[in-house]
Amino acid sequence: MPNGYELSGVSLAYGKRTVLDGLDLHVGAGECVAVLGPNGAGKSTLLRVLTGHAPERRGAVHLDGIPLEEYSRETLARRVAVVPGEASLPFAARVEEVVALGRIPHEDPFRGMRAADHAAVAAAIERVGIADLVGRDARRLSQGERQLVVLAMALAQSPRMLILDEPTVHLDLRHQVDVMELLVALNARDGVGVVAVLHDLSLAAHFFSRLILLDHGRVVADGTPDEVLSPERIRAVYGVDPALVRR
Amino acid sequence: MNAGAAARPTPAVRLGRLEALRHRPILVACGGLVALGVVIVAGVAVGNVPVPVGETIGILAGRLLGWPVTATWPASAETIVFELRLPRVLTAVVVGAGLAVAGTTLQGLLRNPLADPYVLGTASGAALGAAIAVLIPVRLALLGFGLLHLLAFVGALLAVAVVWRLSRTTSLSSLTALLLTGYAVGSLLAAGLSVAMYASGAQLRQIVFYLLGGFSGASWPQLAVATPLVVVGSLLILARARSLNALLIGEEAAANLGIAVRRERAILLALAALVTAAAVAVSGLIGFVGLIVPHLVRLLVGPNARVVLPLAAIVGAVFLAIADLLARIPGELPVGVVTAIVGAPFFLVILRRARGGYEV
Repeated sequence: MPNGYELSGVSLAYGKRTVLDGLDLHVGAGECVAVLGPNGAGKSTLLRVLTGHAPERRGAVHLDGIPLEEYSRETLARRVAVVPGEASLPFAARVEEVVALGRIPHEDPFRGMRAADHAAVAAAIERVGIADLVGRDARRLSQGERQLVVLAMALAQSPRMLILDEPTVHLDLRHQVDVMELLVALNARDGVGVVAVLHDLSLAAHFFSRLILLDHGRVVADGTPDEVLSPERIRAVYGVDPALVRR
Repeated sequence: MNAGAAARPTPAVRLGRLEALRHRPILVACGGLVALGVVIVAGVAVGNVPVPVGETIGILAGRLLGWPVTATWPASAETIVFELRLPRVLTAVVVGAGLAVAGTTLQGLLRNPLADPYVLGTASGAALGAAIAVLIPVRLALLGFGLLHLLAFVGALLAVAVVWRLSRTTSLSSLTALLLTGYAVGSLLAAGLSVAMYASGAQLRQIVFYLLGGFSGASWPQLAVATPLVVVGSLLILARARSLNALLIGEEAAANLGIAVRRERAILLALAALVTAAAVAVSGLIGFVGLIVPHLVRLLVGPNARVVLPLAAIVGAVFLAIADLLARIPGELPVGVVTAIVGAPFFLVILRRARGGYEV
């Protein structure tokens, strides 16, 4: 039953500090959602909960109707791909070798990549528009280029759900727009669900039809950009003059 | 991207260049296997009593492959080749392959280019075990195995087990904890080794001999025990190559790629420890092979563990067989000394020439 993520009463505390405070949330399988909020609001922790990296959380998380903890890592990886905020490599690796890591949940465990896997890697490279980076050591790329490489890796994973932690933070304006358009197209054309933590409110409002605003571990607003990013709320949550956020 | 994608030039040309690269591992493997054959023959031919290469090949072909070769050599040559030199060369081959595989595994597992097979206490554990065996006034020997081999093997495995258990009780990130615990336990065992050496008196030489590593004591029975451990351990590691590949991008990211990281780390660590322990039990402590061979191979073929592991085994085998050959030329140098003397400058040259294309 592919109905996406269902969270009810999810709480998480690191020691005495409450990071998530009784979160109820539904993200449909084919939805495209931006998660917003000031630093420390619990955005990245929410992503860790969605990807099964927060075993200490309380409350229930279901993915497609099944409790998240019943998924093996491998089954989860075939459905959900994650674009981490940053990635490091201990050894030199070419861009295409990094993108190929995305095939790990699908490849034959013993024989490795086969023709279909190579095709998926080439398609992901093409789709993110990094064909000109092929052959280069991924460790010698700019941070922005590296961000595109890990995005391509996640696409190569052929997920039904894509989870991104600030995918545009190091990108120039052109590439920010490119990545946003790519996410929207993935969602509209291929039906891939998207959950992206974003910092840029204008970018989020322009490309996403549903925004979730977190503050102090709670959902303070959930809806269309107009509903969520009211001037009063921006002032209340971010403590800045709403005129700074151009819509 | 998306709508504009059609207008972009296709990456076919650049991806085509990759096709050529994908054949490179096979070339490296073929070259390595040819070199291995040459080195084995050379290793058997060279020594105090040189056996001509033609005779060496004849003896090997006759005894190993059952070819109908007419013996044109004295029986003593056959004894030297078959009872002394061949087990010695093959032990070097097996140990070299094992150390290179274990080094590749630990570097990948710990995500640390400075890791080697000894990083989590195996070396000091084995050394202390060997020293204790020397000090115990009991002499056991069975099929060429003494107490020393047994205690070195057990010591190496115990040290890793202790490091593993202790590392899990800290609140540090698991990789940092493993490395620091490995360092601490290693230091403690090294202190124990120093005490043992201090107390050993006339038997000091025996301990030092083990510490420096070598193959002069190699025999068929030892080889017959060590080989299955190294081969099976290495094959089981190879079967988990995809976990090592996933760890390239980080522990959490590896989990997101479908790897049960904690379980895989425990299994790979145990296998690498087993292979290392089998190697050090028969050869003593030989450095450098497990550190530099994985880097050399990655430099040639990239980081894919499925390719690096078998090639590292071949290159490690060739490297250590050559080192043993060189060690025998001036008489009998410890092999560990040769691997450092040959390996260190060789490695530095590679790093300099590879500047720009490769970082450790």
